[in-house]
Amino acid sequence: MSTNTAIELRHITKRFGSVVANNDVSLEIRKGEILSVLGENGCGKTTLMNMIAGIYYPDEGEILVDGKPVIIRSPKDAFKYKIGMVHQHFKLVDIFTAAENIVLVDTEDKHYKMNAVNAKVKEIADRYGFNLDPKKKIYEMSVSEKQTVEIIKVLYKNSDILILDEPTAVLTPQETEMLFKVLRKMREDGKSIIIITHKLHEVLEISDRVAVLRKGEHIATVDTKDATESSLTEMMVGQKVSLNINRSEPVDSVTRLKVIGLSATSKDGVKVLDDINFEAKSGEILGIAGIAGSGQRELLEAIAGLQPLESGEIDYNDPKTGDIVNLRDKTPLQIRNMGVRLSFVPEDRLGMGLVGNMNITDNMMLRSYRKGKSIFVDRERPKNLAEEIIEELQVNTPGVTTPVRRLSGGNVQKVLVGREISAAPRVLMVAYPVRGLDINSSYTIYNLLNEQKEKGVSVIFVGEDLDVLLELCDRILVINSGRITGICDGRTVTKEEVGLLMTKSEKAEKEVSDGQ
Amino acid sequence: MSIVNYLLSAFSIGIIFLLGATGEIITEKVGHLNLGIPGVMSVGATGGCIALQAMYKYRDVLPGWLIVLVALLACFICAGLMGLLYCFITVSLHSNQNVTGLALTTFGVGITKYEMSKLTRIGAHEYLYALPIFRQPFSDSTNALKYCGVMTFIALFIAIAVSFVLYRTKVGLNLRAVGESAATADAVGINVTAYKYVATIIGSGIAGFGGLYYIMDYAGSQEAYLSIEALGWLSVALVIFSLWKPLVCVFGSFVFGLLYIANAYAASILGITLPMKLTPIMKLLPYVATVIILVLTSIRKRRENQPPAGLGITYFREER
Repeated sequence: MSTNTAIELRHITKRFGSVVANNDVSLEIRKGEILSVLGENGCGKTTLMNMIAGIYYPDEGEILVDGKPVIIRSPKDAFKYKIGMVHQHFKLVDIFTAAENIVLVDTEDKHYKMNAVNAKVKEIADRYGFNLDPKKKIYEMSVSEKQTVEIIKVLYKNSDILILDEPTAVLTPQETEMLFKVLRKMREDGKSIIIITHKLHEVLEISDRVAVLRKGEHIATVDTKDATESSLTEMMVGQKVSLNINRSEPVDSVTRLKVIGLSATSKDGVKVLDDINFEAKSGEILGIAGIAGSGQRELLEAIAGLQPLESGEIDYNDPKTGDIVNLRDKTPLQIRNMGVRLSFVPEDRLGMGLVGNMNITDNMMLRSYRKGKSIFVDRERPKNLAEEIIEELQVNTPGVTTPVRRLSGGNVQKVLVGREISAAPRVLMVAYPVRGLDINSSYTIYNLLNEQKEKGVSVIFVGEDLDVLLELCDRILVINSGRITGICDGRTVTKEEVGLLMTKSEKAEKEVSDGQ
Repeated sequence: MSIVNYLLSAFSIGIIFLLGATGEIITEKVGHLNLGIPGVMSVGATGGCIALQAMYKYRDVLPGWLIVLVALLACFICAGLMGLLYCFITVSLHSNQNVTGLALTTFGVGITKYEMSKLTRIGAHEYLYALPIFRQPFSDSTNALKYCGVMTFIALFIAIAVSFVLYRTKVGLNLRAVGESAATADAVGINVTAYKYVATIIGSGIAGFGGLYYIMDYAGSQEAYLSIEALGWLSVALVIFSLWKPLVCVFGSFVFGLLYIANAYAASILGITLPMKLTPIMKLLPYVATVIILVLTSIRKRRENQPPAGLGITYFREER
């Protein structure tokens, strides 16, 4: 091997249970380059990098640093080989100063002379053009300053290889510019930098080479100068795979839910929803596609009455009376009391959807305990409902008294979806309903959704697998950083088009969206 | 002289709270809320008393300091074992800290009642007579310092040393990092489990001294073991009152001492006699002070005055 290679991965495979996260990945990182690792959610890019950083250990294959095979079992080992990773969720102690957080990594330093540490931190920051006060406490810092601390933590240990997991996801465009400037300086310094990302324009702007992963496999590594946004998208999403999911034509579609100008800001002051406008119709499945964390959760929670909004309207068209009611700023209970039949299957099944320690019957009661006039709860009907769901959806459980957390992922989801459907909803919102489910359970869920659609329910389906979205949904709404970048016809749109809408920068987004 | 007496007595009883709270602070700084402190203190006292009893026959042969040293060691080991048990259940078995702590208190107090009642009732004064290092510090208030028992100095020394280690050394920085965010500490290669175990065991040992001090020095009687539990809860309250800072704790323990015995001195100092009915209410004063401090710090919301961010949170290394 030439001495130009910093790290080489050979035939790396990593499995989590029966899920293969990385399959036979071989990849090399050169000295003094910026390499982008590009891929959709769940394609295994973070897992792969975690194996270099010592968070996970590969099941098969080997890692070579400077041409020699090494064993990296912990972040400490990684530091030994001068590898450092900045994770998406910062690992910092809030009440410590920047310098105190940084000196934590230096496990050999027993002296603890804070003045010397402060000076060294300042020196590193100045060398690469960071703006950082070593004595500032973390809780007083902005997100970008915290990221700076994380990067300096790695540099403080003299690491030569720096891995950044989606570093720009939390930054403003100006901060991103600053970061890129710093990264270029580090490259000049001879350091290797790996950026995990799904933002195409950034890949093209900063990196020397791009490694594309898809479904855990390494597709190709290309020089950035030979790549274009569309060539990368093609590699990222790949060929369309036929799944044979049934899709009937919508009948008697009328507007059931109309969302106008929805905007919301998160606690950190980041805009999570930005002027969202769309209609959901009865008897159709509206898919929502997007990179994870683009605002899908906030959008569904806004409709369900869980997310405070800055502006906008959510108009529900009541099929019985024909009245239009605004759901904004209503609690879930108020929404239900208004006669709006809205069901929500959240992403976090055992957190928001069901109570893990309670049994199936009791979980059914969560939706019905207010019914009836007696002060005692009615246990009979929920029990019947639980039995019905177990029978109809073939939930694999010893009985209705089994705590939900003991069931497998697929069975938990069946219980949750079954409960929500039993309320005879007019609007059914499901978020990542097949995540972690095996093929059979997935198809059961698709069939249930189709059944609801045929009953005239307006189904909103947030998904991550583009193949599923393309075969199941009548229309696909693409969301990108809290904004809608396109609403496409599910029957005619191609995977690449949706992929581009999901990842493209703001400038050139409208071209592809052909509406409906 | 009653005011001087009052202040000295307050200082003297404050040492119990100081030892208990310093031990608990170390434990809480690694993120573990040990509600077993009353039990730990009781068991520490029991261990010390058993060792003393065993050594009592040799009081004419062995030097006094050795007997005291062995008693302290026995106390530290017994209380430390309670800490080890707590750690095993909460750190290794990931069990709920509050439930485990409360169970430990029940267990510790129970075992103390059983063991202490078995001990031969040697008058406490006989111990004190034989071992002048354990001595009621303020029997002669005119020359208080001279009569301070050795444990008073040990307690003050421990509090200052703990503060130094926590805030002035790398070990202390690591320890606080574990309590603030175990995941962060783990990611930089700090052995989280080891820090939790060592801190909790040492903390429990120190808290155990509080129990022994009470029996041998302050109360001067084995019979007093039943009161340790109540004093233990006050120590837990003192941790909150001191904002998790050992040096504030030195001052806080004195305040708690003043409040705790205010009832007994009200008559002689203020010249008023409180009705008997008020006595139990007066005993609540330290808790009232704790609540007031809690309210004040909650209003000011200074991050440095908050409990360790990881307090009470069981740490699992991230698995997928």
